[in-house]
Parts: sequence; structure tokens; C-alpha cells
Amino acid sequence: MSLWEYANPRKFIATTDVVLPWFWAGTIACLVVGLIWGFFFTPDDFRQGSTVKIIYLHVPSALMAINAWLMMLVASLIWLIRRHHVSALAAKAAAPVGIAMTLIALLTGAIWGAPIWGKPWAWDPRLTSFLWLFLFYIGYIVLWQALDDMDTAADMTSILCLVGSVFALLSRYAFLFWNSGLHQEASLSLDKETNIADVFYYPLLLCIAGFVLLFITLVLVRTRMEIRARRMKALIARERMV
Amino acid sequence: MMPDLGRYATEVISAYVVSIVIILAIVALTLWQARKTKARLEEVEKRSVRRG
Amino acid sequence: MIAILTRDLRLAIRSGGGFGLSLMFFLIVVVLTPFAVGPEPQILSPIAGGILWLGAMLACLLSLDRIFALDYEDGSLDLLATAPIPMEGIVTVKALAHWLTTGLPLTLAAPAFGLLLDLPFSAFGLLTLSLALGTPALSMIGTFGAALTVGIKRGGLLLSLLVLPLYVPTLIFGAEVVRRGIEGLSIAPALMMLAGITAGSIALIPFAAAAAIRVGLR
Repeated sequence: MSLWEYANPRKFIATTDVVLPWFWAGTIACLVVGLIWGFFFTPDDFRQGSTVKIIYLHVPSALMAINAWLMMLVASLIWLIRRHHVSALAAKAAAPVGIAMTLIALLTGAIWGAPIWGKPWAWDPRLTSFLWLFLFYIGYIVLWQALDDMDTAADMTSILCLVGSVFALLSRYAFLFWNSGLHQEASLSLDKETNIADVFYYPLLLCIAGFVLLFITLVLVRTRMEIRARRMKALIARERMV
Repeated sequence: MMPDLGRYATEVISAYVVSIVIILAIVALTLWQARKTKARLEEVEKRSVRRG
Repeated sequence: MIAILTRDLRLAIRSGGGFGLSLMFFLIVVVLTPFAVGPEPQILSPIAGGILWLGAMLACLLSLDRIFALDYEDGSLDLLATAPIPMEGIVTVKALAHWLTTGLPLTLAAPAFGLLLDLPFSAFGLLTLSLALGTPALSMIGTFGAALTVGIKRGGLLLSLLVLPLYVPTLIFGAEVVRRGIEGLSIAPALMMLAGITAGSIALIPFAAAAAIRVGLR
């Protein structure tokens, strides 16, 4: 039993049929419990007041925004090397979810930043990187939509994803170089698990788990959708031939 | 039941509302697209089976 | 390969080519800036370096879709693909031709345009140096973007959307050289990063761009 068996679309659909309900249940359970716990039953931070509660949305979504990119990178590599269609379609499926996560991270960050930093947006390297990521997700999705042939689109977007990843790292470094240290007073040290008290830590962990599960669930559903869309395209093409 | 959010109540609540709206939007969009694709595929498959 | 280069250069210089166009665009951006922010030297002077870099970058972007689109439409790209030259070589020559017709004129014109924007006198050399080092990377990255969108009708807007994020590091380091030069800070790190990006792009991007062209022609 090897992992590559799931590269067979039929096998993929059959397996996800079984596991998807569990993922849905896990997502809803973790998110509902985590967010309610975070919103209603955690104390305020002595410096930031109740805004600390935004952390339960901000940190998990930011994490997933980056992880979605990583997943797309790995899926693109698998497509380029082993040419499994499911892999390319999974990369395509992850992009809209990644964009939603980036949007949540940016918006909650702006809402959080307004009272704490005094302004919603600062050209802090971290914020700028996320804006960059957002733009890149849009380009990636538009390129997928612009190309009709699925194999061509998968190849082009995979190449773009690889090159883009190199430039993402380069840009991250460039942002640090360009504006480092200006907003270090930002209380983002709460990100570090060591700095965060247990009362905040456990609900945060639950929310992170919820976002991870949400991402996996949505990507699975979307991948199934893309597999079906591809099959439909093939059937229609065959009809035209006859 | 509502916790006392102090002077940052608007920010916290709007952050939660915005995020939940986005999450629900992407979930709804995904489910809608998936359902539509599935229905259309079944239709096309039925057609191709009938033709043999 | 030299034949391709001279052919591309000749096509660009002839009427309808993008040769003068990007230079004109650069001039327009520079002329419009004082209208937008005001003519006072104390406003213009600090932003001049950045505006010149931004203008050069946008002017570069403008002519990217010509790199492969015309050759794709009249079929000469297919012929080039079957030629006994590796696709990587063709891509590099195309990027070189693009640089000679846009990057180089922009670099040479930038100091003259700097006068219009009250660029501090000490920064003229740095501006030319940073543009000379940075524009080859812009041409190379742009060629990659053009290769990705080769088969797409009216892909110009998509091309800009794909290429602009990739231009960000070059823009940052290039403008930073000028900014730090004016402020009297050390420019060596920014200059080295800029040169590194250019060298890395020239070394690696041809492979990615050639792969994309092969896919696009399939």
C-alpha cells in the first residue's frame, strides 16, 4: 500500500468519500469550541485589553496562508516530476483557500493594528510579505483560468509556483532589509509559544487545529470537484469527436 | 453571557465577524461549485452512457 | 544566435517596434510626477530616485508582451523551437534584445530625467549604476513572464500581474542603493544583493522560461 495509489482519481474519490465527513466534523468541532473558548472564556491581556482575542483568528489564518503555499509548492513538484493529475488539481484547489486565509490574516491584522499600533497598516516586513503573497495567489489563480488545456495550465502554474517560491523568499529578505526594525515595538512576540500564557495557548492550539482541518477539508472537496470537472471536460471532448 | 470587551469591543467583534464571513463564504462557494460540478458531470455521464 | 539578436533588434527599431515607446513612457511618468506631488525641490528631491526606478520598471513592463507574442503569432517561434539551438539560448538572446532596446536606453536616459526631478547631484552615478545592474534582471524576469503567457490571447494584463510581484526585490534593492547613497549610508549590501539577483536571474531563469515556452508550444 503506497501513497501513490491515491494518485488514481477514482481511488482518491472513493477514499475521500469515507474520510470527508470526519474532517468536516473535526473542523466544525475544533473551530466552534476553539473560537467560543477564545472569545468568551479567556481573560484580557494587561497591555492590549480584549484585542488579544483576535489572536485566535489572526495567527491560525496567517499560518495556513503560508502552509497553503507550501502545499501548492509540494503538489506542483509532484506534478512536474511524477505527472499525477490529482497532485496538480490539488495545487489548483488550494489556491482559493489560501487566498481566503491570507485575506483573513490581513484584515484581522489591520483591525488589530488600528488600536494597538495606532494605524491599520504599517509597511512592516511581515505585513508586506503577506500583501505580496496575496498578489501572488491572485496571479496564480488567474493564470490557471487563462489557460484552457488542463495539462498546459498545470505545467505553467507549477513552473510559476516554483519560480515564485524563490522570489517569495527573496522578497521576504528584501522587505526585512528595506524596513527592518521600524515596527519592532509591535507586540507580535505573542506569536512565540514561549511568550504566551497557558490561558491563551490552549484555545489558540485548538483554533490552529481547526484552521488546519478546515484547510484540508476544503482542499479535499475542491480537489474532488476539479477531478470531476476534468472528467467532464474529457467526456464532452469525446462527445464532440463522435 | 457577552464578555466585557472594554473599549476595544468594536475591533474584536468586527474581527470575528469579518473572519467568520470570509470562512463561511469560502465554504459556501466551495460547496456550491462542488455540487454544481457533480450534477453537471452526472448529466454528461448519463448522456454518454445512453449513446453507448 | 547572433542572427536572432540582430533580427530582434532590427524589428524593435523599425516603426511599430517598442523601441522608443518605453522611453517615451518613462519620460511621461517623470513629467507627470511633479504635477501630482508639487514642484517644490524639497518634495521632489527625496523621492526622485524611487520615482525614477519605478518609472523604469513600469516602462520595462510595457514592452514585455512583445518579446514572444509576435513570433508566436507568425509561427517563427515554432521554427526557432526546431532550430538546432537550445531553447534556453533563444530565451536568453530574446531577453538580451529586450534589455538592449529598453533597459539600456532607460539607464542612459535616467540621469537626464533625474535633472527634471531635482535628484541630488551625488546620486546620479549611483542611479546609473543601480539601473545598469538591475535592468538586466527586469528583462530576464519579464521574459519568464512572457514565456508563461505565450499562448494566451491578450495576456498583457495577466503578464503584468504575474511579473510585478517578481519585480519587487529588484525594485527594493535598486531604489535602496540610490536612497542610501543620498543619505550617506553604506550602499554595498544593497548593491551586492542587486547584482546577486541579476546574476541569479541570468543563470537560472532561462531554464524556467525555456520550459514554459516548450509547454506553451506543445
